[in-house]
Amino acid sequence: MHHEHQIPIWFFVGSLLTVYGVLILGVGIYNLVHPPEHPVALASLHMDVWWGILLLLIGSLYVVKYWPSKGETAR
Amino acid sequence: MNPLKHLWLAALLGLVFLTPMRVDAAAPARATEGTASHLLVLSPVDLVIVVLYFVVVLGIGFYLKKYASTGEDFFMAGRKMTAWIAGLSFISANLSSLETMGWSAMAYQYGMLGAHAYLIGAIPAILFLAVVMMPFYYICRTHSVPGYLGLRYGEASRALAGISFTFLTVMVSGASMFAMAKILNLLLGWNMNVSIWVSSVTVAIYVSLGGLLSAVFNEVLQFFLIWLGTLLIPILGIIHAGGWTRMLATAQKNAAIIHPTVQNADFTSLWRNLGSFDTNPMGIDWFGMVFGLGLAVSFGYWCTDFLQVQRVIVAKNLRSAQNGTLIGAALKMMVPIIVTIPGLLGLAVLLNRDGSPMILVPESDPRANITHRTFNDVLPLLMGQYLGPGLLGLGVTAMIAGFMSGMAGNVSAFATVWTYDVYRPLFNRKASDKHYLTMGRWCSILGVLISIGTAYALFFFSNILEFLQVLIFFFIVPLFGTVILGMLWKRATPAGGFWGFLIAILVSMSMWAYVHTFPDGYRPQPKVSIGKGAVVSFEKDAAGKIAKIVVEQGAVATVNVPGTPATEVKGADLTLPPSVEKVGLVQVLAPEVTVAGTSEKFGVEAVPVVLKTGVRVSSTEVCKTFAPAAFNPAHTRYVARSDKAKPMAVNMYSGFWSLLVCLVVTVVVSLFTRPKPEAELKNLVMGLTPIPDEGPCPWYQSPKLWAAVVFIALVAINVIFW
Repeated sequence: MHHEHQIPIWFFVGSLLTVYGVLILGVGIYNLVHPPEHPVALASLHMDVWWGILLLLIGSLYVVKYWPSKGETAR
Repeated sequence: MNPLKHLWLAALLGLVFLTPMRVDAAAPARATEGTASHLLVLSPVDLVIVVLYFVVVLGIGFYLKKYASTGEDFFMAGRKMTAWIAGLSFISANLSSLETMGWSAMAYQYGMLGAHAYLIGAIPAILFLAVVMMPFYYICRTHSVPGYLGLRYGEASRALAGISFTFLTVMVSGASMFAMAKILNLLLGWNMNVSIWVSSVTVAIYVSLGGLLSAVFNEVLQFFLIWLGTLLIPILGIIHAGGWTRMLATAQKNAAIIHPTVQNADFTSLWRNLGSFDTNPMGIDWFGMVFGLGLAVSFGYWCTDFLQVQRVIVAKNLRSAQNGTLIGAALKMMVPIIVTIPGLLGLAVLLNRDGSPMILVPESDPRANITHRTFNDVLPLLMGQYLGPGLLGLGVTAMIAGFMSGMAGNVSAFATVWTYDVYRPLFNRKASDKHYLTMGRWCSILGVLISIGTAYALFFFSNILEFLQVLIFFFIVPLFGTVILGMLWKRATPAGGFWGFLIAILVSMSMWAYVHTFPDGYRPQPKVSIGKGAVVSFEKDAAGKIAKIVVEQGAVATVNVPGTPATEVKGADLTLPPSVEKVGLVQVLAPEVTVAGTSEKFGVEAVPVVLKTGVRVSSTEVCKTFAPAAFNPAHTRYVARSDKAKPMAVNMYSGFWSLLVCLVVTVVVSLFTRPKPEAELKNLVMGLTPIPDEGPCPWYQSPKLWAAVVFIALVAINVIFW
């Protein structure tokens, strides 16, 4: 964030969101193939798939942009 | 590819393959009608998401330890924060789970008026902080708001503010911890002791290692989690309700059923229902909203609550501090999307199995968490309704993150104020920086331990919770009056500042006691509680509603129901009345009774109860002269100008009066006492503080431009939702 060589906070945010995106997308795809017996309201919209993709995109963006090897200057 | 990249990819792949994917086996999380069973059920993938959050925050704490090697690093994050980080941290410190759940509950209770807390109740004050007050805080290089009082008014005011602040901060942190444990227990069935200890040990570790930097990192992380974990609820809810207009119409229609005491109130507008006290659900008028919330409470909270101000005074330069504050203002205006809309959705889309609106009750209602869910459950109920496995884990993680970052914020502010404004001036003035750093680390741990103690005290004295919340609320309003006069009026004297501050605090507390005092006695609503295992039968009317309850055998406890025998019904059957004159309708609660051979629970009001011969009875008469959970309308009419005023309206008007008292006392005392010489007020008071020229900047970095943009957006939102 502000010290030289310090990993920016955005990298931590991106990493966590990427992992969450992968997990939620995985669950969404699984539910798409094997629909649950007791779905939540509006399950037909498959929001878990879309939200997983969104998290993955946001997370990847931050991970790539703030990868520590590039972040050796103050941010 | 560097080693870190390998590690990161390996961790990611490991998680994907190791995570259990049989999510359909998990019981679906559904909103249920009038039940005390756990509201949400987490699947394995949800638990992985929660655990990952704990791993990451602890990892951040350990990683940042090496960057907190001096007092300036530990307490002020090195004063090198960028505008975006300062802004996100500023807004996240305020966006705790108590805030999101609490204001969703407010919107359920008060309708769209709840959004004022994010509009007139925040934005003008944040803009004022950014444009007018920030230069003073920044230029005088204070470590804290009590520190500013010390420089401006002297040690007495600093000590009063510092001691009050540290005391209240850890108490509120403990209250937050207790609330989190209670909520996680009710929602997920998690053990309260485990919730308290796991969360507080985590907070203690990462704050004591990384100090403010650690707290700020986690607040930024929490900002993303809370938005991404909650935003789906308004999106799906509005789709479910058939669009925005239909959602508002349904909410207004259902509000008349859910809140029968304010049947004629308009729940869907910001201003047009504030013409008088009885056209809105809060029982307030426009004057109270503008001057109580918009001026006193809002300016007190946003301009002088150190927890907030600390986040932006540590920016790398004045322009970043101002722009960070303005980023916070812009983000604050968007919070109603994830807070107010879910509250309105609670009125519109939370339905019982028969399609009738689900009725939630306040925490103080005897039916709360027995036969009815509470206002505070509106957000978790919607989560249960719309979020499946994975998404639910994200929502619950956002909730836990919100609680923990709130605690961390309080603990880091406690450590700073205690070390710099209490310990250093009163106990040890000349210690080394290393000594203060060690003190700060130990204070973080001590703060967490006191918070844990407070949380456990609340197990036994839960009614203190309400008192604690209003105590800090009444403390910051007088603080604002004292600080703003100190900044804008060089004639304000040390004696004026001290007495204005102290008397306004005392007046605030006196007003609070006054509205909860009942000289003629307060008798709680009459209640009949049918004991566990009692055998009960019903008589129903043509519409299928319970018209009479017959208790065949078992035990019954009554409160304020006259004519009940002391021990047992003897001779003929006894009929308890549906209402008691001058006290109210009789509530009947049956958390676990036997009806036609099966176990049931129900809660009804104003229904006669027949007690058969042999039913055991325990009868109590309650009459109090002081009741913290109840407001005396005969007294609120003097404080909030109306006997219809609801608690929030009373708080807003109390804030206004205490600010007025603070300003008047400070001015009067100052006129009769000696001011400080001007030389000592340099860099502290307007007119004696040269604002440094930070050089030219691109137009898009100009604080004044963004302040104007945010103000125009505020006006536009108020006009659109007038």
